[in-house]
Amino acid sequence: MPRPQTYSIASLLRHGLNHHTTWPRAWRSPPLKDSYDVIIIGAGGHGLATAYHLAHDHGITNVAVLERGWLGGGNIARNTVTIRSNYMRDASIPFYVKSVAMYEGLTRALNFNMMHSKRTMVDVVQTYPKLRELRRRQLTMDIYGATYEQISEAEVRRRIPALTGGGPDARLPIIGGMVHTDAGVNRHDAVAWGYARAIDAMGVEIHQQTPVESLVRAADGAITGVQTNKGLVRAPKVVVAVSGHTTTLTETAGLKLPLRTMNLTAFVSEPVKPLVDVIVNCPDAGFYFSQSDKGEMVIGGAPDMGQSFRRDIKQNVFEDTVTAMLSLFPSFKKLKLMRQWGGHLDIAHDASPIMDETDVPGLFITAGWWGGYKAIPAGGLTLAHLVATGQPHDLMSKFTLKRFRHLDYVMESGTTTAR
Amino acid sequence: MPGDRMTSGGRIDRSQPVNFTFNGRSYQGFAGDTLASALLANGVRLTARSFKYHRPRGIIGSGVEEPATLVELMGENASGNRPATTVPLAEGLQARSVNCWPSPAFDLGAINQVIGRFIPAGFYYKTFKWPGWHLYEPSIRKAAGLAAAPSKPPATGHFENRFAHCDVLIAGAGPAGLMAALVAGRAGLRVMIADEGVEAGGSLLNRTLTIAGNPAMDWVDRVTAELATMDNVTHLQNATVWAYREHNYLMVNERAPEYPDILERNWRVRAGHVICATGAIERALVFGNNDRPGVMLASAAQAYINRYGVRPGRRAVVFTNNNSAYSVAADLAQTGIEVAAIIDSRDTVPDAARAMVSGIEILPGHVVTTTQGGRHIRSVEVAPNGGGAIRRIACDLLAMSGGWNPAVHLWSQSRGTLRYDNALTSFVPDHAAQAAISVGAANGELTLAQALQSGADAGAAAADQTAPVAPEATDLAYAIEPLWRVEQTKGKAFLDIQNDVTVDDVHLALREGYDNVEHVKRYTTGGMGIDQGKTGNINIIGTVAMQQGAPLEEIGTTTFRSPYTPVSFGSVVGSREDSVALPYRHTPITGWNKANGAFMYESGARWRRPGYFPREGESFQDTVNRECRAVRNGVGVYDGSPLGTFELKGRDVGRFLDHIYTNIMSTLKPGHARYGLMLSDDGLILDDGVALRLSEHRWIISTSTGHADAINSHMEELLQTRFPDWNVFVTTVTSQWNNATICGPKAREVMAALGTDIDISPKALPFMGFADGTVAGVPARVVRVSFTGELSFEVNVAPRHLAALWDRILAAGAPFGIEPIGSEANHVLRVEKGFLSLGHEVDGTVDPFDLGLGWAMSKKKPDYLGKHAVALRRSGTENRRELVGLVPEPDTMIPEGAPLTPDGARKPTEGLVTACVFSTVLDRWVGLALLENGHARHDETVHARLKDRTIPARVTAPIHYDPEGERLRS
Amino acid sequence: MMNIPCPYCGPRNEGEFAFGGPVKPDRPDPNAVSEEDWVTYLTQVPNPLGPVQERWWHVKGCGTWLTIWRDTRTHDIVDGPSDAG
Repeated sequence: MPRPQTYSIASLLRHGLNHHTTWPRAWRSPPLKDSYDVIIIGAGGHGLATAYHLAHDHGITNVAVLERGWLGGGNIARNTVTIRSNYMRDASIPFYVKSVAMYEGLTRALNFNMMHSKRTMVDVVQTYPKLRELRRRQLTMDIYGATYEQISEAEVRRRIPALTGGGPDARLPIIGGMVHTDAGVNRHDAVAWGYARAIDAMGVEIHQQTPVESLVRAADGAITGVQTNKGLVRAPKVVVAVSGHTTTLTETAGLKLPLRTMNLTAFVSEPVKPLVDVIVNCPDAGFYFSQSDKGEMVIGGAPDMGQSFRRDIKQNVFEDTVTAMLSLFPSFKKLKLMRQWGGHLDIAHDASPIMDETDVPGLFITAGWWGGYKAIPAGGLTLAHLVATGQPHDLMSKFTLKRFRHLDYVMESGTTTAR
Repeated sequence: MPGDRMTSGGRIDRSQPVNFTFNGRSYQGFAGDTLASALLANGVRLTARSFKYHRPRGIIGSGVEEPATLVELMGENASGNRPATTVPLAEGLQARSVNCWPSPAFDLGAINQVIGRFIPAGFYYKTFKWPGWHLYEPSIRKAAGLAAAPSKPPATGHFENRFAHCDVLIAGAGPAGLMAALVAGRAGLRVMIADEGVEAGGSLLNRTLTIAGNPAMDWVDRVTAELATMDNVTHLQNATVWAYREHNYLMVNERAPEYPDILERNWRVRAGHVICATGAIERALVFGNNDRPGVMLASAAQAYINRYGVRPGRRAVVFTNNNSAYSVAADLAQTGIEVAAIIDSRDTVPDAARAMVSGIEILPGHVVTTTQGGRHIRSVEVAPNGGGAIRRIACDLLAMSGGWNPAVHLWSQSRGTLRYDNALTSFVPDHAAQAAISVGAANGELTLAQALQSGADAGAAAADQTAPVAPEATDLAYAIEPLWRVEQTKGKAFLDIQNDVTVDDVHLALREGYDNVEHVKRYTTGGMGIDQGKTGNINIIGTVAMQQGAPLEEIGTTTFRSPYTPVSFGSVVGSREDSVALPYRHTPITGWNKANGAFMYESGARWRRPGYFPREGESFQDTVNRECRAVRNGVGVYDGSPLGTFELKGRDVGRFLDHIYTNIMSTLKPGHARYGLMLSDDGLILDDGVALRLSEHRWIISTSTGHADAINSHMEELLQTRFPDWNVFVTTVTSQWNNATICGPKAREVMAALGTDIDISPKALPFMGFADGTVAGVPARVVRVSFTGELSFEVNVAPRHLAALWDRILAAGAPFGIEPIGSEANHVLRVEKGFLSLGHEVDGTVDPFDLGLGWAMSKKKPDYLGKHAVALRRSGTENRRELVGLVPEPDTMIPEGAPLTPDGARKPTEGLVTACVFSTVLDRWVGLALLENGHARHDETVHARLKDRTIPARVTAPIHYDPEGERLRS
Repeated sequence: MMNIPCPYCGPRNEGEFAFGGPVKPDRPDPNAVSEEDWVTYLTQVPNPLGPVQERWWHVKGCGTWLTIWRDTRTHDIVDGPSDAG
């Protein structure tokens, strides 16, 4: 197995003297084989992380990651890189605490700079019911080692000097805030590329431009492989990690799931000099943002109404988000919108994730991630555990498909940022 | 270099000098100038520094495509990152370069040029890892980001939104767009034409063409004049169509509306048809040091001489791979600029092109390999394409043309498909996805005659008419051979000038396996700047194609996303601010509440309600205690108007209510009220409230304030979609019935003192009874419900009577010590009574049994919403969290939301404190909690876990006060 | 912002409507179906990559609940399940 080129200042200098003509490929493009031990559909964050942990933790390397388009081109390419663990329920918090911790170590683990920036998230609270709900998370989070502290309005403003709206005469005056120091942002492309490079070095194959057309089952109902544009590929275990397209794929195996696909949009401003150092979350107003290292404000709001496989922003949803933002940041009126986009996510009936082996033996899904970017490292860890051992990982034991049999929903208010 | 301004010609007004400053120095231009043209006229060539290497940069384009010279406007209307080419010059304008400090001429960041060799594309992924990114991030953040962020909103003026509907929206007022507007307008269609330029004309403004034998701009003037006479035509200039959404919904950002106090206006346009007449954007050529100041798009050089009367140089070299630059060379020569040579990468130059530039040396089959100069170009090196002897040509201007890209941005936003056209070597519109058509250069029809005719055709097609023949116009036929980059370059060859992305960067990305064009973009950041790669993206695609030996159509484009050019957030929102954006609800006594010092706040469903009525010197707790004591010991009154109220009429109301409530409603006798619980079909608690049967077929139901809108939707959906044949009509009457609720042991005395013709004796008007009559002379319905656990009279009146009634109640109640009561005291009173609250105890996980409301789940009814789900869920789950009372021991407050854990240890929770209040009647803190198997754990001690301590509490029944309910029935 | 045809008011901006969700199969008699089918009814909705039938409530208009077919890939309002845009 080839060791990947170590990335460091030394290697950069060395290759710099060669005019960078000697850098090796970050990942190979091997020919597609007839069969693998595990096929992972989707070279997004969750698919790549799952492959990483299958290889790294369980020694399972005869794995193919099949990607319809380009690796890292799904939701990992179109999110707002907000990493946090301020959830409400025992079922969720330890999972996200783990994921945040894994993200913090990912640069070292993968020898790839994720540019992880532990910025802290400040929730700007404008109503008492919201304050009550956030405080309800606080002490439960403490049990699992996640930070969440209440701060005064003055402290909110000290931490976010650009926050000049929401004064005493505003429609919704700011009444205080919560501080989540664990929260951070990083570079989403680096996450995809870092995992891809690492799994390639361990022998896992990544096949881009290889759409799966259908899932293939044996006579006994178990999964036996997938039909791709390059032919049939066999595997006794198949993982579906395709976000919004989960049901599209599982329905080819006759499997229906309690999921629906939504379009969640985001937009960025023009790049400006550093202005906001923390991740700002305004759940009452309904938006959140952080400033990227490039200087753009990366802004998110609510999903479109209705199911959607279209990655366009709905003008009314967009306007609502901007309206909310300007109510608290009136100086942004002259700031300019530079780019906007959307991404598909599938939301489960109870709005919590699903990670399980399905009723089709050998077919695994990881779905229902609403804000799934922050879940990538722990999602990969736990799914690899499930695939390798057949047992759900402790951190994900509540998030099975079986829960729906008795309508035993996981009702989590911490799912989306701007809510 | 004064004297760069020509003495005549152009569309500037030499009689109107305009003073402005740039990087602190004062200059003068003329009305009609852009900042860019004025700078060139003043001989300012070094206008910017680049993003990464801080290389000197100049002005490259003449419009929105400008990649290099971004400026920050200062003063009243500060605005950052504006291409200098799109800033109209105005008196007193103050601008400075972004991204260089202290000035472009002396820029400390230029040190990056020296170490540039070691910071290729993606270098930061490979380094800055030790000891951690946090060490490097602050300085990298400071170096990135272009202009400073605006620090305050505009001091004066405001933004505006307008809706518009039209039969045809035409994006672009160049020859094709104007022709389309003229034909559609004459046909009587409602036409809107919007163009990003200050003046109509598009490319005609920059060129010296003729239409029907006269200067083309005469034609433009005639057409715009005629359009102005048409009532059915709205013509906007300085207005960019920036987004093309679904269902032909488009956004137009108008930057200089006619009213001086309107800063910008955003038009939301719903169009029957859309005609994309957005023109084409010239592409740069890629060779060594192609970013040096003085290297300019050929079309820009043409614009500066013809439109602005500015000579961008004295001795020019033209470098091209297509015909269009020949007209530029001709125009340059015409204005007295020496054209040293035309370097054409094509081996054969068409005769028609040659004929335009007689006397100018043409070097076919040659390319520019590099440029020389310091802060400005001094010469170029030229060699045969593919290698050979190098020749150096002195010049101070290099006009380059890499061909033309149709501006397909809007088309692509509409989801229209593109195809790669080999003859044009560019992506052109293919199949429309909405009612849209592309015309003129935007459709790859690059000659004036084609543009005029395709515009006429599209305008006529929208009107379902036969197209007229467009006026005659001739220009040079377009011919091109691709040149994505010059092979034998010396020095950095930039593909994306704004983000400093070079050919080597793209090659490195490909070498490392980042071989999808989206990977290339993301790894190198090519095309991710403010210009979104308008001049360079195609060259990146071409470079990738060359390297991979694949045709361009296989490489494809990256996604074209809105906006076309940046728009201010203020214009997106317009005047939607504060309570216009987020209206609030209030009752007729809001004025009284404020006058009496109420602390008002948002309390769900956009209601603003009084939280409490503090008096001088009282703490919050003092106030709440006083209000509670009034209700428990004497009498209080609160405004219950926000409670959701619906009137249901019809023969099937009873049957309907039986379906949506868990208990049986249809057996209720007229004149009586009943508490009811609503579940979703999933068995989750939706709401609780009271139903009043007024008569056989007429009911009133109340819902919680926060859920009124949801319950309205729920009922209407069921009635309209599932039970369309049922005879039930729902009317929202929340705002028809306001109420003042008098509560406390002395409530009946207050009612009597008010004067009423209703028999309010316990027998005549018992708990859960109601009666109509008058109270204090006002027509009223009095309902005996209680949310406080005390004797209560809910006096419902028309809103116009509430304020007067309120005053009468306070007057009549004064002898009994009546107090107005806010939401906070109400909360305490309901917690003492164990009444549930939807935001506290009901959190989406509990069912009626958990809350001790199992009695409300009818066993008799075979089916109602939620019945089966509750049974199913209970059959499969254990250790349910159940509602209990808590008595903290020792007596202390437990923060709401505190988890209950086994022995207070750091372990998974077994419950949660949902509320904890100071009870004045019990003189201690009491709480409510959801606790695993709580119903079986009364008298156990549980532990609330705080960060630094635990608080033990005894588990009790949830009703802390008057468990028999004698007081509320009294 | 879609343009939604209201049967009473004509085409109207989406902003006037509240989304009512995809149309599920008719509610079965819970006493007559298996637990599994009942759970399926409660928790699953059609999620097609293509036309979906869905409801909208013209809440800022006439109050009608209306049903349309919309292609989830494009937002085009179509005639029916096979009328893919």
